[in-house]
Amino acid sequence: MKYIDEFRNRDLVNTLVDAITRKSRKKVRIMEVCGGHTLSIRKYGIQRILPETIELLSGPGCPVCVTNRTAIDKAIALSHLPGVIITTYGDLIRVPGSLSSLNQERAMGADIRIVYSTLDALEIARKNQSNHIVFLGIGFETTTPSSAVAIKEAARLQIENFSILSMHKLMPPAMMALIEQGVQIDGYIGPGHVTSVAGADMYLPLAERFDVSVVISGFEPVDLLQSIYMLVNMAEENRHGVEVQYKRAVTATGNAKAKQIVNEVFEPCDDEWRGLGLIRNSGLAIRSEYQQYDTSKQFSVDVESAPEPAGCLCGEVLRGVKKPVDCKLFRKVCTPANPVGSCMVSGEGACQAYYNYF
Amino acid sequence: MCLSIPAKIISVEGNTAKASVGGAIVNTSLHLVDDIKPGDYVLIHTGFALQKISEEEALETIRLIEEMQSEEPLA
Repeated sequence: MKYIDEFRNRDLVNTLVDAITRKSRKKVRIMEVCGGHTLSIRKYGIQRILPETIELLSGPGCPVCVTNRTAIDKAIALSHLPGVIITTYGDLIRVPGSLSSLNQERAMGADIRIVYSTLDALEIARKNQSNHIVFLGIGFETTTPSSAVAIKEAARLQIENFSILSMHKLMPPAMMALIEQGVQIDGYIGPGHVTSVAGADMYLPLAERFDVSVVISGFEPVDLLQSIYMLVNMAEENRHGVEVQYKRAVTATGNAKAKQIVNEVFEPCDDEWRGLGLIRNSGLAIRSEYQQYDTSKQFSVDVESAPEPAGCLCGEVLRGVKKPVDCKLFRKVCTPANPVGSCMVSGEGACQAYYNYF
Repeated sequence: MCLSIPAKIISVEGNTAKASVGGAIVNTSLHLVDDIKPGDYVLIHTGFALQKISEEEALETIRLIEEMQSEEPLA
């Protein structure tokens, strides 16, 4: 068992497509929340092998995509401060801010470094004692624990020249906000790795309050098709609830140790999402006990709130109300080499996934 | 971004482990998991092991789909 090949098996895929086709009668709109799912669905052409009753929508689950221009402008302003080294995961550096991107700032001499892990950023801090190292903390429940570990390690090792600009976000408030904003969704393909950490029970309030189904899915074609089958089954039987397809990695309660570490370091706060606006308790701020490691407490950079680029439909795409192909800029002005909106930047952004697997 | 990959633990030393990702050996942090031993499969995300993968559940998932193969074919 390698946990990959087995879930790309052609016979299992055909069995599931047959079963879905037999079962599906009602029209259903299913949103995959996670950018990783968007990528797999486009890469394996999953929409095309489904009956016409099923419409797949891409959602707001790509952290790079939902980070707005103001946040990028703030990171750029930090990179201009003397002695500051910016560390970040790779994708973020290509997201356009109002005037520039971190990538362009780097080309002009700002010290901006891509790291694979938060612990690599901590190592840079240890080796550059006369600089201050800022880590740009983006990501959902999957990624936040690594930021929390870095802060706890910095405290333990008494590393004082390290801080995190927390832009971490929580998935369920955004999934609720979409429905509150009037987007019609019958079922969610729930994010597998977010839920591996946070546990499937966190969607129970969402399912109960909005009569919507959530099936937590793995990322291979067999996983996604089985999840779609489960959602179709629930719709045909007029049931709602939370079910788990990705049982090999997801439990009801998730990773208790990771959740506890996150809870020690972070607390919920209101946060801005590109396309969705301000969502109550959808972000994570660093607790005051750890404010020494909170970039927003260590440095004051004022940036004006920046509007989204003219003509760009990223906001609508992130809410599932428009498809990338509906955007006039798509493939003409906006391409992976020259992205206008954030959804074209990341390989998991809906626009880039549509571009690469058109 | 939430991309996490299955990896097989090769050896454990304190809070770090060497793990095989399709044959490539990577270092992974064990800060977020307990009771990891060589031979276990884990999901790795940004250098951290996030969760142990259950072989039993993986086989059960496949068995459920294989059972569907014996149902009536599409008319």
